[in-house]
Amino acid sequence: MIIAENLRKEFKAKKGEIIQAVKGVSFHVRRGEIFGFLGPNGAGKTTTINMLCTLLRPTSGRALLNGYDVTEQPHSVRRSIGLVFQDPSLDERLTAWENLEFHGMIYGMTRLHRRREIDKILSMVELDKRKDDLVKTFSGGMRRRLEIARGLLHNPEILFLDEPTLGLDPQTRSHIWGYLHQLRKENHITIFLTTHYMDEAENSDSIAIIDHGEIVALGTPEGLKEKVGGDIIYLKAADNKKAAEFVKRTYGYDVKNGGDGISFEVEHGEEFLPSFIKNTDFEIHSVGVRRPTLEDVFLKLTGHAIREESVDFMESIRAHVRVKRRG
Amino acid sequence: MSNNLMGIYTIWLRDLRRFLRDKSRIVGATVQPVLFLLFLGTGLSKGLTISFPGDDQAGYLTFIYPGIIGMSILFTSVFSAISIVWDREVGFLKEVMVAPIARWAVAIGKALGGSTVAMFQGAVMLIFAPLVGVKIGLGTILILIPLMLFVGLSLTSMGIVAAAYMNSMQGFTVIMNFIMLPMFFLSGAMFPISKLPLWLGVLVRINPLTYGVDLLRSATITMNHFSVAVDIGVVGTFGLIMTALAVIMFSRQEG
Ligand SMILES: Nc1ncnc2c1ncn2[C@@H]1O[C@H](COP(=O)(O)OP(=O)(O)O)[C@@H](O)[C@H]1O
Ligand SMILES: [Mg+2]
Repeated sequence: MIIAENLRKEFKAKKGEIIQAVKGVSFHVRRGEIFGFLGPNGAGKTTTINMLCTLLRPTSGRALLNGYDVTEQPHSVRRSIGLVFQDPSLDERLTAWENLEFHGMIYGMTRLHRRREIDKILSMVELDKRKDDLVKTFSGGMRRRLEIARGLLHNPEILFLDEPTLGLDPQTRSHIWGYLHQLRKENHITIFLTTHYMDEAENSDSIAIIDHGEIVALGTPEGLKEKVGGDIIYLKAADNKKAAEFVKRTYGYDVKNGGDGISFEVEHGEEFLPSFIKNTDFEIHSVGVRRPTLEDVFLKLTGHAIREESVDFMESIRAHVRVKRRG
Repeated sequence: MSNNLMGIYTIWLRDLRRFLRDKSRIVGATVQPVLFLLFLGTGLSKGLTISFPGDDQAGYLTFIYPGIIGMSILFTSVFSAISIVWDREVGFLKEVMVAPIARWAVAIGKALGGSTVAMFQGAVMLIFAPLVGVKIGLGTILILIPLMLFVGLSLTSMGIVAAAYMNSMQGFTVIMNFIMLPMFFLSGAMFPISKLPLWLGVLVRINPLTYGVDLLRSATITMNHFSVAVDIGVVGTFGLIMTALAVIMFSRQEG
């Protein structure tokens, strides 16, 4: 459904330097699957989406969507896709209904078809009661739902969602995931989404992990977690440094520092733990075993975390910028 | 092709809808020319005694009335076109740019939307005709409406070209001070252009709005400096060039 081959995008920055936003990514997305693009801020997710949806011309490389080439047949590509952008893109001075009407018209839907679909989609995203209100009066979550409804209105084969749940409350996030799963089941739509939330990426059938413009891993969530192998032991000690040295010396494991404790991989966590605790010669505050998460995969492959705190920081800046833009 | 026509209609309809909904904008865009007309116009016509070429009955107020309609069309057209910059800032432009219609259709839809809005705003100004002693019959209105659309179209296209160079709404002051105000002052809207010093006369004659104002003046008070053919020729050529530029700029744009 989507084939990307060695897609690259360079931007010219102000001082003549060149930013390599996407450094040659290749991947396939099968019809009807949810494909997750997981990576930290600035990894090149939005740039990749913009190339796939014909908003940016690739510097080099090729992409086919629904069999159409993004540079040679942009019209056919646009007809096949629906989009939910990362940043807001509604006309706030029109009502919810008018925003959808505009979309239906510009996508060439007939009047009758358009009106029927608008009613259907508005009730799916639970905005039917607010359809005649100006978007200006909507909350962030309502706007997001309306944008998703709009992206789906013309019944696209592929839906792109760029960080669809960014900055939303957990309840709205789970609602949105409800719609997505329902869509996939009922309409067999292909979904391409980007996120930097690890738990969300778990909902995908396939995941590409992207960092600094390059895909560092590709596979199913389970397949990726198997790359980490075994279990993760995490522990907090009175002296974390001493604990790390002990683990390295005694077992030869690779120890990672994270937050206020340390963690390392072992093959069978539950069996390892009792003997480990008996052996230790230092004070342990807490210790536990867990299955590896995508976070661990990311950490292992890139050597750094998708740091939630820095993400939150970026989000707050972005939210601030959005507020300013809204003026 | 049919989807491009539909796209043009959709973009046009949105501009119209937003215009009709925004009452405060209509009021604002009406008050400004009326202030010019009533205060500046009355003040100057009483304070100075000059005679005007052509119709000897025409007082200063009557003379500037079509010029003020031109001003109203200029400001409304450019302002509508500049809303593209606003659409870009709030992200709505992306929704239009990924739609399965040609970029030229987006530019044309926008140009038609802006000129229709400008025509409406110009028509609002016709209400004030009795105040300045101008009689406007149905025949005049029927001639004025296409003329206002025609002048509005060339000015909106000019605005779209300007919008392509603007990164943010902050650039609007630059457009205002370096394009709109000079165009207005140099258009002969407020003074006759027959007895100007050479340098001013040249500036006035290279200003396309001069011919637009002249056109409106010949339709409202049958007074004109150039022939109607020259007026239509200049405004039309200017409009064609600007529309072509607007289409080219939209087609080139990424994102
Ligand atoms: N229009 C642009 N001009 C210059 N640099 C850009 C532009 N768009 C994105 N970038 C840069 O490209 C990189 C990738 O950005 P982006 O694709 O937005 O990342 P993500 O969506 O994963 O957060 C960043 O370093 C960003 O600063
Ligand atoms: Mg992004």
